[in-house]
Amino acid sequence: MPDTLQPDAAPMVPATTRTAPLLDVRNIVKRYTTSEGGITAVDDVSFTVGAGEFVSIIGPSGCGKSTLFNIVGGLIGDYQGSVAVDGEKIRGTHASIGMVFQEESAFPWRTVEENVAFALEIAGMPRAQRLAEAGHFIELVGLHGFERRYPSELSGGMRQRVAIARTLASKPRILLMDEPFAALDEQTRLLLGDKVLQIQQALKQTTLLITHNLTEAVQLSDRVLVMTYRPGRLKRFVEIGLPHPRDSDVVTSERFGRYVAEIWNDLREEATRGIEADEATKREARDGR
Amino acid sequence: MTRRLADSRWVAIAFGAACVIAAIAIVEVLVRTAVINPYIVPPPSDILKAIPRVIAEENVLHRFSQTAQEMLWAAVLLAVVGIPLGVLLYSSRLLRRAFESWVGAFAAAPVVLAYPLFLVTFGRSAMTIIAIGFAAGLAPVILTTLDGLVGTRRVLLDVGTSFRLSSRQKFFKILLPSALPSVFVGMRLGLIFAMINIVGVEFLINFGGLGQLINELAERYDLPGTYAAIAFVVLASVLFFDVTARIERHFGFGPAQ
Repeated sequence: MPDTLQPDAAPMVPATTRTAPLLDVRNIVKRYTTSEGGITAVDDVSFTVGAGEFVSIIGPSGCGKSTLFNIVGGLIGDYQGSVAVDGEKIRGTHASIGMVFQEESAFPWRTVEENVAFALEIAGMPRAQRLAEAGHFIELVGLHGFERRYPSELSGGMRQRVAIARTLASKPRILLMDEPFAALDEQTRLLLGDKVLQIQQALKQTTLLITHNLTEAVQLSDRVLVMTYRPGRLKRFVEIGLPHPRDSDVVTSERFGRYVAEIWNDLREEATRGIEADEATKREARDGR
Repeated sequence: MTRRLADSRWVAIAFGAACVIAAIAIVEVLVRTAVINPYIVPPPSDILKAIPRVIAEENVLHRFSQTAQEMLWAAVLLAVVGIPLGVLLYSSRLLRRAFESWVGAFAAAPVVLAYPLFLVTFGRSAMTIIAIGFAAGLAPVILTTLDGLVGTRRVLLDVGTSFRLSSRQKFFKILLPSALPSVFVGMRLGLIFAMINIVGVEFLINFGGLGQLINELAERYDLPGTYAAIAFVVLASVLFFDVTARIERHFGFGPAQ
């Protein structure tokens, strides 16, 4: 059950959206079998994301965020519970869900425009048409002028924008992102956050972001789902009442600070548990040697 | 200043050439002063003088073309057989576990020693030379193709899965392009192994192109001519190495990351 919030804090909101859910994740349980026995990575997680909504899932390392990402994206099929898009239960990858990965995933042998046009090429769109279409998304992520460059000629932030544009070009109803800015410095991350917000607002793109970065979660989201350390459970949702349209200036506001502090209170407890568990595991491994 | 000089491409080339010339000059002096037996190693100046004679009288260009054709056939066979075998080992875990170490061992085997077997099978013909060249270059092509495919980053395959690519699409759109730089390195290595063996077998069975020329000149005890022919083989190898390096850069899928 979600915790109670402090009176002056942001209102606690349910895991479900007020509008009809586009993405409905119910009672997800995922267990792994290891040499040391079974591990429950995700335990009974349920939430929904409404059309046009931006929801972030935040939690400490090892809380099962990436497992949840892979389940919703369809890369993991062996789990309990259900994932539904617009009421239709799905298992496995689905055309409605586009994924952006934490690791750099732009194809190094393709230019920016060839990368962005990838999904359109797979769909059989003629070359001239798909490059024109890709151009629109390249413009959208602010990479105009870099169409013929290879990923190796771009910065890390630009490469992630290529990956985002490539996924957007497939016109997914739900954009699913797993810590796409994790490898970037804080300034680049804030500026890319601006870009993501602009895109999300321009396209009214339903987005589910997996992150461990508090600032990013509050800056970008309409709602933030806080997860517990292993087994990953839903701890609570926080509705971010910051006004739209937003940009990175919002991080200087007092309300922003209050949201960050509030989520951090929950997160600190879980992160501490995570660190203690890691240290205990290391101690056991050392003593067992 | 010293660092800038060291970084200059032309200074490096000039330094390398100067070292080679200096080494040749030292050998010249050692041979002329009989420190090195001139009946075994002719003076480099004599070798230099023999080059135009060998080119004119021994039909070097024709012989070069014969060796080049054998190389070309070996290359075609390496590509047509070696790359698919690498793909086969990648696609079957059982085959990979069963044969990878055998292929690795085969890469280190001196295939050229089996030339009598090839002679019996294919006769004293270009087929024997091509077959030995192919056999010598096969293992590196298989292993680097396998390495390239195995080394494809998981996330790139996940991208393919997220775009719902079929296995065939995943292979041609992601796995193969990702492995191509490695496959090219394998082809280059394989061709170098093939070339060494092709010239060696031409020499051993006294048939074909440049290797046979070296054999003939040696049997005539034309030492400057023999060394001139060897120099020609070395030059051909350097040219081959340079051309493949340029091709690799040209099709290098953009600058390296």
